[in-house]
Amino acid sequence: MNKKILITGTSRGIGDYLAKYYINLGYQVFGCSRKDVEPFSDNYYHFELDICDEPSVKKMFAKINTEFDGIDILINNAGIASMNHSLLTTIDTVKNIFDTNFTATFLFCREAAKLMQKKKFGRIVNFSTVAFPLSLDGEAVYASSKAAVVSLTKILAKEFAPFNITINAVGPTPVKTDLIKSVPVEKINNLINQQAIKRFGNFNDIANVIDFFIKTESNFITGQEIYLGGV
Amino acid sequence: MTKNIKIVEIKNIVHKAIKDNNPTNFNGDILLNTSLFGSDGFLDSLGLVTLLVNIEQEIEAIYDIALTIADEKALSQSRSPFRSVDSLVEYLDLILNEKNE
Repeated sequence: MNKKILITGTSRGIGDYLAKYYINLGYQVFGCSRKDVEPFSDNYYHFELDICDEPSVKKMFAKINTEFDGIDILINNAGIASMNHSLLTTIDTVKNIFDTNFTATFLFCREAAKLMQKKKFGRIVNFSTVAFPLSLDGEAVYASSKAAVVSLTKILAKEFAPFNITINAVGPTPVKTDLIKSVPVEKINNLINQQAIKRFGNFNDIANVIDFFIKTESNFITGQEIYLGGV
Repeated sequence: MTKNIKIVEIKNIVHKAIKDNNPTNFNGDILLNTSLFGSDGFLDSLGLVTLLVNIEQEIEAIYDIALTIADEKALSQSRSPFRSVDSLVEYLDLILNEKNE
């Protein structure tokens, strides 16, 4: 039977790539985003929802549980960024970024683990960013929200281990997506120059790390963070 | 307004969750005064977490009611509602009735 994978933020960018990538590998893929997506495979099922809305998210997991017998893998891809000096950052922006990047990640981890613990198997991959270990100026709130995700990942690794659920984090470098379209070119070039390998990341660089984390053989790998580009 | 769930239904859900989680310990009837958690309880902390999650999911699946059993109210009680089967059933009845009000 095909493994079932839930990916957040599949309407565009990395999430869209990952949904199609795992469909091509034979997975049953569930995706979610605020926007609907054009059907592209019989093995793809889309939920149109706000990932921060707990009742909608719980309803989605209940449907996945009753109609599809749960999931094996969760990829918490959805996220937002905001680049600004902290003196010019509003509290609404701070709350919005933390809600999407941290609170929604927690909510999806919690609900997914409830289903996974029944089968005593699960793989969860969260998203960090190189902006966190590089302590990038102008990214205070975004990097902090992802630092919280890393801390969450490490603690949940301990809490979920007895259920045979692993949870790890991948930290991409800049990838050419909407997330960085408003970031000035010199800022991006400055960031890339701090990487050991000085280039943009590609979607398949991220998929490669996720593939490693979700392998059945990776059952001894949990609470880890892997940053791309040699950061 | 949520559905009115009878206490016997709650007992059945709790008993089923206990048996599903501990098939070797409970293949017969479960007594209401069976200790769940604490010095003489048969569950460790992880066992209690698993039991509560499975009860939440069963209630959600059958009655379409989203419930958080181990909330601040439960954790602030002077006597833990999770000490025995009986106290857990009573507590579930209480919070389900509150949802119904």
